[in-house]
Amino acid sequence: MASIAPLLLLVLLSTALTISSGSVDGFTINGRVKIPQGMGTKGFVLPGKTSNVKVILNGGQIVTYLRPDGYFSFQNISAGTHLIEVTAIGYFFSPVRVDVSARNPGKVQAALTENRRGLSELVLEPLREEQYFEIREPFSIMNIVKSPMGLMVGFMLVVVFLMPKLVENMDPEEMRRAQEEMRNQGVPSLASLLPGGGRN
Amino acid sequence: MAIRSFFVPFLLLVLWFYSSLSPVLSLYEDQVGLMDWHQQYIGKVKQAVFSTQKTGRRRVIVSTEENVIASLDLRHGEIFWRHLLGSNDVIDGIDIGLGKYVITLSSGGSILRSWNLPDGQMVWESFLQGPKHSKSLLLLPKHEIDCINVVQTNLKIEKDNVIVVFSNDRLHAVSCIDGEVLWKKDFETESFETQQVIQPPGSDLIYVVGFAASSQFEMYQINARNGELLKHESAIFSSGFLRELSLVSSETVVALDSTGSILLTISFQNGEISFQQTPISNIVEDSSGPAVIIPSSVPGIFAIKINSVTIFIRVIGKGKLEVVEKLNQETAVSNALPISESQQAFALVQHAGSEIHLVAKLAHDWDANLLKESIKMDQQRGIPHKVFINNYIRTDRSHGFRLLIVMEDHSLLLLQQGAIVWSREDGLASIIDVTASELPVERDGVSVAKVEHNLFEWLKGHMLKLKGTLMLASPEDVAAIQSMRLKSSEKSKMARDHNGFRKLLIVLTRAGKLFALHTGDGHIVWSHLLHKSEACQSPVGLNLYQWQVPHHHALDENPSVLVISRCGPSSDAPGVLSFVDTYTGKELNSLSLDHAVVQVIPLPHTDSTEQRLHLLIDSDKHAHLYPKTSEALGIFKREFSNIYWYSVEDHNSIIKGHALKCKCTGEVADEFCFDARDLWSVVFPSESEKITATVTRKLNEMVHTQAKVMADQDVMYKYISRNLLFVATVAPKGSGEIGSVTPEESWLVAYLIDIVTGRILYRVTHHGAQGPVHAVFSENWVVYHFFNLRAHRYEMSVIEIYDQSRADNKDVWKLVLGKHNLTSRISLFSRPEVITKSQSYFFTHSVKAIAVTSTAKGITSKQLLIGTIGDQVLALDKRFLDPRRSVNPTQAEKEEGIIPLTDSLPIIPQSYVTHALRVEGLRGIITVPAKLESTTLVFAHGVDLFFTQLAPSRTYDSLTEDFSYALLLITIVALVAAIFVTWRLSERKELQDKWR
Repeated sequence: MASIAPLLLLVLLSTALTISSGSVDGFTINGRVKIPQGMGTKGFVLPGKTSNVKVILNGGQIVTYLRPDGYFSFQNISAGTHLIEVTAIGYFFSPVRVDVSARNPGKVQAALTENRRGLSELVLEPLREEQYFEIREPFSIMNIVKSPMGLMVGFMLVVVFLMPKLVENMDPEEMRRAQEEMRNQGVPSLASLLPGGGRN
Repeated sequence: MAIRSFFVPFLLLVLWFYSSLSPVLSLYEDQVGLMDWHQQYIGKVKQAVFSTQKTGRRRVIVSTEENVIASLDLRHGEIFWRHLLGSNDVIDGIDIGLGKYVITLSSGGSILRSWNLPDGQMVWESFLQGPKHSKSLLLLPKHEIDCINVVQTNLKIEKDNVIVVFSNDRLHAVSCIDGEVLWKKDFETESFETQQVIQPPGSDLIYVVGFAASSQFEMYQINARNGELLKHESAIFSSGFLRELSLVSSETVVALDSTGSILLTISFQNGEISFQQTPISNIVEDSSGPAVIIPSSVPGIFAIKINSVTIFIRVIGKGKLEVVEKLNQETAVSNALPISESQQAFALVQHAGSEIHLVAKLAHDWDANLLKESIKMDQQRGIPHKVFINNYIRTDRSHGFRLLIVMEDHSLLLLQQGAIVWSREDGLASIIDVTASELPVERDGVSVAKVEHNLFEWLKGHMLKLKGTLMLASPEDVAAIQSMRLKSSEKSKMARDHNGFRKLLIVLTRAGKLFALHTGDGHIVWSHLLHKSEACQSPVGLNLYQWQVPHHHALDENPSVLVISRCGPSSDAPGVLSFVDTYTGKELNSLSLDHAVVQVIPLPHTDSTEQRLHLLIDSDKHAHLYPKTSEALGIFKREFSNIYWYSVEDHNSIIKGHALKCKCTGEVADEFCFDARDLWSVVFPSESEKITATVTRKLNEMVHTQAKVMADQDVMYKYISRNLLFVATVAPKGSGEIGSVTPEESWLVAYLIDIVTGRILYRVTHHGAQGPVHAVFSENWVVYHFFNLRAHRYEMSVIEIYDQSRADNKDVWKLVLGKHNLTSRISLFSRPEVITKSQSYFFTHSVKAIAVTSTAKGITSKQLLIGTIGDQVLALDKRFLDPRRSVNPTQAEKEEGIIPLTDSLPIIPQSYVTHALRVEGLRGIITVPAKLESTTLVFAHGVDLFFTQLAPSRTYDSLTEDFSYALLLITIVALVAAIFVTWRLSERKELQDKWR
């Protein structure tokens, strides 16, 4: 199970500048994806292997890849509220809503949609690692005992070794009485089990 | 592996045991590849660039029509790395810069990217803008052959550094190191259309040539160092040009006049433009019809095509033309390859029956062949479409050539020394339809004998497994176990199995080729390229249907599929039907229709040979019945009044219901043709609603029970009708991308419509919601995914529909007295009393496709299969999408399995069915029931293919792969031994008692 690993890193980046009105026909969103070094050591993604990380704007409108330093940028973005998703095998990223405002360009408004945490700069980090496989539990004697075969063996042992003990501890007089009773009653038939029956 | 219905109580015990473990279905890492397979493809190659440096591995960089750039191993054809660019980011050109960067130009020339050649890491990205949209051209200075020596003089580096890009009507020079734009140059001439950008080797000049208006040829000469305009010339040719140029030398181009009958040799040496006219009839005797220029880049030679004849013409001296060869067969010409200082080679590939002929020639010497080979080629690959040439130096210092060929079926082959070195079936990257087919029944019971024969082996295997579970196995043993599990010969056998896990997946690709994939390991069993007939030169495959599924009385027949294709790109082109045997891949029959196929309705009736009846609707709203036999007609006549269908007109937001009226009136008497009448129509107000999604139930879905027992012993009846249609409409403004609309002006309306009567059973509006809408319909529920603009998150909603008219059946007395209405006939025309329940939840990811698991009898609980934006497939239990979920479920509800309500759906990493893999470019998810009720087969396709088996409620009806038979045997032996021991003990005790 992927536990929510504490995000150890300190954001040392000075300026992850985010939104700037670049050219005539739209704005630019710049950001950075950071996969902390502490994570991914036991995962499937080699730490620092960012060539397969995709950054997706608005569910597929634009797809871009990361530069070696983790930066990405989208150009020709219209003003409005956009959604950025990061896909990386082995990590869970929250989608991010980014407001691009035409009135005051350069101002960043970004928030993780999963936990509504605001971002002061567009630095995207995984919320947690994703472990796609069950971890095999190490062998333990309890597993064997709990398995169907173990239960069968266990039950048999109980019958073989404990039952005679119980029988032995009974008073021989009582035994005889019980046996006689059994003989008198005979074998319980199906009729005797049904309500109303067996009283004849 | 699985022994079915063996010992029921024991099974229950196992079931209990597992259900107590964990509620999610998941996989151990060492189980990867046991039941699943994953195949990676790239699509049809558009452009290929070789990278054959002396150091490093030999690769070829390709760009494809699936919008993939990939680096392939030249030795084996494997993928080193691969990137799928966005669908709006179409690749215009690729090249290799400095011998270590792959340069791609995409998005209509607006994005230039550089990728690291060894590992595919993006190095830089540059955005190029310009005044208007134009043709985009990528030009990298050509290096000397085999010598890319970066560490040389500064001058050399500087020159190699620059990438020249013409895009958006602007010429850019971009640095190869960091993507910085060094200079850019606009062209003032109005309506100037650039055709070619030429940089003569070793010069600092760039020529930009093209047309302005329709009859003016323009040439710009530009300094490559700073973008300074050196010269601008233009010349007018009165009868105009066809917009195509062929470059024959760095200062000569060839064009055709607007009628396609005169060849113009245009030379612009030293900035002076001169025309030379040559009528085609002068040099080609029996030329008829207009010619087109085939793009090629071979110096001194160009190719034109008249009708289907390819003619190669050489330019000699000043505008003199000479025909060098006429080829009647389909021919592909490669790029030119410089093999020495002054020599350039190129290749021709011709298709001739079952062989293809390869010729490599030098550009300046047509008669001498560097290479002439014939290779036998599988006819199912069609004709060669593209060829790329590359050379290598043999040990005797002569040139050897390797050719990369793209065939008609989109496969990619590398040919070298007269043999196919490797081939890739990249047609499978563009699957358009999938259906499943059974494998043949096993005839002689071979496998049973084999198992018995190998009993010892079998036991040994299980002992190994036991060792594995007891953690006693050595590393070698572990490896042995793993390989044993992976290879398991049973998996890929060509016969049916008891559990129905082994099937054939019949897939139709965009190239018009059918493939049969074995579900065991994904290998191709057969492939078949749809035949071209006289009537139809280029059939476009559309759909696949199961035509004949032998079941009961027609078991000796092979099953077959029906392929519907269309003759040409327009939607009213006549259709073609092909019937293909799924065991052998042979085309049984092919029909060229005289009508179009707009809609296909598989009817729930079969004839005596179990051929399914299909109704084909043409563009004039006539219905045609197939197969055209009198028996089928007889069956059809009986059901005549029970056939209803609907059609969706997206553009004007209308859904119409249809039924059959009478035999076709008019022209020829065709008793298999019927007229349709419109029954009803639902017209959505076009100013406020636009249809984005329509979904119905799958035709072959099985529903086990209509009743649903509630926690309080109450019964709800599911409203199960095959005639329900889910429709989602959005505000026209909100049909664009996210971010283009505010929540106030966007909404989504979901409808449930009965397609027989056109009655709207349910309607719900989601304010502030936006598409795209992905939906799935199953049993009595529909789940749909959309974007909530207010919360700015994706949302998934579920609607369940229940039948109220049966609610009073709960009374036992009515049941006993026969007053219930369970068996009464239902007419859809009576007003149904239904109630609906719905609920919405947040979902994290964008979605590409949604499907639902389907099992043989419909008993097993359902899981949604969600193809996420990250190209993974997530299995989500339907219980999470239950409208009866509440924040605090009562104890009874908890026992029933109702999960407390949360605002968002959980994403459990272990329930990704694709685990750590990606199905790149995911497009569709298909589920096929196995024979075993607990299991469903899942096939996800995109650029990649992925297949696995899923057991939504765990494998309650079979033993798992992990089951240790050895442990079972040991237990039995131990029990038997114990019986003997205790028997002995009791005997002795009895003896003692008697003595006492």
